[in-house]
Amino acid sequence: MPSLKDLRNRISSVKATQKITKAMQMVAAAKLRRAQLAAEAARPYAERMEKVLASLAAGLGAGSNAPALISGTGSDQTHLLIVCSAERGLCGGFNASIARLARDKANALLREGKTVKIICVGKKAYDVLRRQFGDKIIELIELRGIKALNFGVAEPIGAKIIDLFDKGEFDVCTLFFSRFQTVILQIPTALQLIPLQIPEKADAQVTSTGAAYEYEPEEEDILVSLLPRNISVQVFRALLENAASEQGARMSAMDSATRNAGDMIKKQTMLYNRSRQAMITKELIEIISGAEAL
Amino acid sequence: MASFSFELVSPEKLLFSGQVDAVIAPGTEGEFTVLKDHAPFMTTLKPGVIEIDAGSKKEKLFVRGGFADVAPNGFTILADYAIPLGELSAATIDADIATAEAALKDAIGNETHRLAQEKRDQLRELKAALHL
Repeated sequence: MPSLKDLRNRISSVKATQKITKAMQMVAAAKLRRAQLAAEAARPYAERMEKVLASLAAGLGAGSNAPALISGTGSDQTHLLIVCSAERGLCGGFNASIARLARDKANALLREGKTVKIICVGKKAYDVLRRQFGDKIIELIELRGIKALNFGVAEPIGAKIIDLFDKGEFDVCTLFFSRFQTVILQIPTALQLIPLQIPEKADAQVTSTGAAYEYEPEEEDILVSLLPRNISVQVFRALLENAASEQGARMSAMDSATRNAGDMIKKQTMLYNRSRQAMITKELIEIISGAEAL
Repeated sequence: MASFSFELVSPEKLLFSGQVDAVIAPGTEGEFTVLKDHAPFMTTLKPGVIEIDAGSKKEKLFVRGGFADVAPNGFTILADYAIPLGELSAATIDADIATAEAALKDAIGNETHRLAQEKRDQLRELKAALHL
């Protein structure tokens, strides 16, 4: 049985924790709104880009002279996994679920005898994956010092991917991030970047209108400059979705932490009052029985 | 004047969306104007100024390159980076020129070298034209 003083200390410490989690929840809520706006603002560009690419690729057909970024290198021996996670913890299962998806994929590939290389964007996934795949992680890109997530952040990452691809360091590139659905629902997603997968739906719609397109410069030239851009855009989009997901996950995690702390305070206070009451009763009984004995 | 729908998007946001009468854009192979019912066409853009004529409202924006897609149902520009011309300062352009020069130094192979040089020259020209 803990003493009254112990109980008092316990209650005040839980109260302090509750204040912290409450503050974190509110901060996450404010950041979430901003991140959500940014993610929505970036959507039109990515959608248009997809459409343009689809029409270009449809015009090109399954031609043999399609750039390697679309057709691939012809092999799928070496896989590059780009794992985007948060820089901080305390956001529920957010980092863990991305890392788990990437780990499952990496294990599956290794079982098939493929070579796996990993680039981590954000420190948390690195911390998790390092234990198992320490020798396969070729780079860690930290986002810690970055205040506002703008396109300038994604561009160097995209450039790095293209650079590695041109050097023949990998054949297939997959991007892992968390798609923002709602505040309480984030879906860890794997998106194949190279070779590019063009959505079927856009394809069908374009062939009807895109027949008489004129290109300036040549179709291939446009495609060649467009494809690397698309990689950066996809990375950018993943980072934005991730940022929104992270804040959403943190918000709901901190919300339930605050609620847990509240429950705990209630329980402890009840226990404290009971033991205080028991002590008083005990003292009274002692006094009364002492008086009776006289 | 007949109007058509026009959209200007950068990776970070949608900058302009609406009905316009005419748009002048800096294509890599020359400036061009798009009016209603322009033939479908697609081109890359060089750094320059986009002029939007939406009847009563006229807007000028600086873009750092991108793509233009003239489709039967409207005109879309995917800009790498775009800001209203009023907010453009000499420092921004100078920074761009510096980046282009650095790229020129690192360029390997004739083709990349030529492209980098072109980009730098375009930026210098633009700076002179805007009297910055």
